[in-house]
This record gives sequence, C-alpha cells and structure tokens, in this order.
Amino acid sequence: MDASAARPVVTVKIAAVLADLFPGAPREFIVQAQCVGEMIDALDQQFPGMGDRIRDSRPAIRKHMNVFVDGERATLDTPLSHHDEVFVITAISGG
Amino acid sequence: MTQSINLLIGTRKGAFILKSNEDRRIWEMSGPHCETWPTNHVVGDPKTGTIYAAGGNEWFGPAVWKSTDGGKSWTHSSKGLAYAEGQDPVKAVWSLCVAPDAIYAGVEPAGLFKSTDGGESWVHLDGLRNHRSREHWMPGGAGLILHSLLVDPDDPQSIHVGISSAGVFHSADGGQTWEPRNKGTRADYMPEDQRYPEVGQCVHNLVRAAGGNGRLYQQNHCGMYRSDDAGKTWQSIEDGLPSSFGFPAAAHPRDPDTVFMVPLNGDTKGRYMPDAKAAVWRTRDGGKTWADLRDGLPQQDVYFNVLRQALSTDSLSPAGVYFGAASGAIYGSANEGDGWTLIAQNLPPVVSVETMVA
Repeated sequence: MDASAARPVVTVKIAAVLADLFPGAPREFIVQAQCVGEMIDALDQQFPGMGDRIRDSRPAIRKHMNVFVDGERATLDTPLSHHDEVFVITAISGG
Repeated sequence: MTQSINLLIGTRKGAFILKSNEDRRIWEMSGPHCETWPTNHVVGDPKTGTIYAAGGNEWFGPAVWKSTDGGKSWTHSSKGLAYAEGQDPVKAVWSLCVAPDAIYAGVEPAGLFKSTDGGESWVHLDGLRNHRSREHWMPGGAGLILHSLLVDPDDPQSIHVGISSAGVFHSADGGQTWEPRNKGTRADYMPEDQRYPEVGQCVHNLVRAAGGNGRLYQQNHCGMYRSDDAGKTWQSIEDGLPSSFGFPAAAHPRDPDTVFMVPLNGDTKGRYMPDAKAAVWRTRDGGKTWADLRDGLPQQDVYFNVLRQALSTDSLSPAGVYFGAASGAIYGSANEGDGWTLIAQNLPPVVSVETMVA
C-alpha cells in the first residue's frame, strides 16, 4: 500500500506576503501530511525554500510566524486529520 | 568605453539601486527591491553584473537575494544558511563578499558561510563558531554580527572578518581556523587594566587598502586604526579627528595612503555629526593628518549618523565617494570628497552603500 495514502489530506492557506516570495505560488494548497512538520516539508517540495521561511533550524516554527490548525496555534509536532484547514500567517512584527 | 556605476544600497526596508554614468551627475533610482526585507548589505560582481543582497526578515528569517538583470527580478535562497539543530538560528545575513572562488556571507549570530554555486546554496565554515574565545564574545548594539568581511583577491584562503564586539579575526586556511588580530586596539568599556584584551574589541568597520601590501584600516568603537601587517598590530590614527567614535571607513581604490571616515560626536553624546555639521574626513598620508570635507554637505542641524557599511568608494578616476545616512539621504562626491551633492533622500534608514562599476 502506498504510505502516502494513509496520510490525512489537508488544506493549507498561506499569507499573501509568503506566497509573494515564490513566483507562481498559490495561496492555497492541498497536501498530505501527518503533522505540521510534514506539511511544511510538502510545501517545500513544491516551492523549494518555502520551508525555511516558516521553520527555523532549532527546528521550530519561526518566532514571528504562526501556524493554526482548525483555529488552534500549532507546533511542528501537531498532528493533522483528514480535511483539516491549516493557516500559515505572519505574526505582528516590525516597525 | 562608457561605464555605468551602480550604487547598491541596503536599507531597513529593502534594497535600492542608483545608476549613473562616469559623470556621476544624474542618478536613476530603482527599488525598493527584495520585497522590502531589511537588507543589510548589497554587493555586485563587476565581472557578471550579478547583484547579491543580504538580509533577514523578522517573519521569514535570513536569506541572500540575487538578481542577474540589474535588479529587475530577484530570487532568494537560504539553503544551508543555518546552524545545527538546537543552536540559536541564523537571524540575518549582515555582510557579503564576492571572492574569486566563491561568495561569502557573514551572519548574526556571528558566523561565516560560503557558496560555490552563485548563492544558490551555502555551507557553514564552522571555525568561528568553534573558536576557543567564542564564549567571551559579547553582542554589540546591533547584535553579535559579522559585518566586515574581506577575502584577499590574490589569496582567497586569506580572510579577515570584523565582529561586534568580538574584534578582528584572520584565517589563513579559507575559514577553517582563525586567530584574533586586535593587538593595539582599545576596549575603553573594560576595566582600566583590561583595555587591550586579545578579543572583545568593538570593531565597527574593517577595510583593505589598495596595493595588496597588508595594509588595513579600521573604525572601532574606540578609535581609528591602521595596520601595516595584515592586522597583526594596529596603530591609532585618531589624532586630528573630532572624536574617536564613528562607524564606517572606506579605502581609496588605488592609493593605500588615502582613506575616508565619518567621525560622529561621540559614543555617549548622541552619535550624530560633530557640532551638528556634516563632514567626511580624509587622510592622504595613512592617517598622519586629516582634512574635513564639507563642501556641499549640510552644515546646520544635522543629527543623522552613518552606519558601519554605509560609506564607500568607486573604482573610477577620480574616485567617487558615497555615504548613506540613517535619515535616508545619500550623498556622493565625484572628486574624492572635495565636493558633495545630495543624490537621493527620504529613503528608509540606510544601513549600507556599495558600488559596482560595470
């Protein structure tokens, strides 16, 4: 059996300011991933470098980025379920 | 052949490019580039015309941007631009150097990376990270930043870096091992009997003089210095200047005795132009004597500063000299500092100015 077949299918919506860094990137993705870390890997596969913009090398979600899974703030280990809606958004920062 | 000159400007909100011809009278501006990311350093490779911009964004982390069409389009990468898991992540890129064999990037927290594929991917040179003195390095006001990065064009294995506030270091083996090069530079903020430590000096900017004879200049938090032995020893050259405090230095493209600096009024006095009057200072004898260059610069109520990497020369003759202020103004001189004109204003705070003649 294809291992990916067991992975939940989730919808990922990313901030416009993030999509703008990758010419041709959509604001919405459908990916298969068991947790947020895997979801970031899936985005990075489609647009190399996108993973670095969301996750740092600790590794953790960047300090001023937020990932919400069905309305709850997530970490890299947060598990995903079928039909989850994930938002990748920028936190308040800067001047 | 007509040459074009590009001023490559890093600001708190993106990179800007000012373009002119050899006359250096009329400048055409483009920007903000790099999606308005805080951009600490922008350099060009005159052989290819490729422009690289270094920075870091609070949201998205560090990256090096690249344009091969004069700034019309940009890509960015941070592939490999990272410390090992569990360590403090790289926050921003602060300095770039286009060397014969590679591109080098200095980052915060202080470390050095190398790219041999034109900035597409980076490899960490971990000699600085593992230096025996590392635990004693204290961050300066802008963080523990590697802001000065000089790769010897004749011997790319020979690299000098300046780190605030760890001091100057030299590697003779391409960045694998490093030795401190701070002998003779002061650390006035240390107890009286510890003011000449091996490391811990707050170097603000380090530049190489023309000629390849081992001469370096540095503007330090505590004084201006010249070295005639590649940084092994330093001599103070601050006599004749209005203060010992400033940020940038810029070497003349051909004359090793000529260097430009921008002293500010002092460490604890506001760090703006002395007497609120703008001046660049020039020596033509290796720092024995100094002349203040003011013609065309504002002489009343000037409260801006000029940061570490925001003073530069071009390679034309006579040499052009340029600086960017935290007020968002860019001033330029087409005659080695004798006369100045305002060539841009109202930019975001300027962090760096470099030139590319192509």
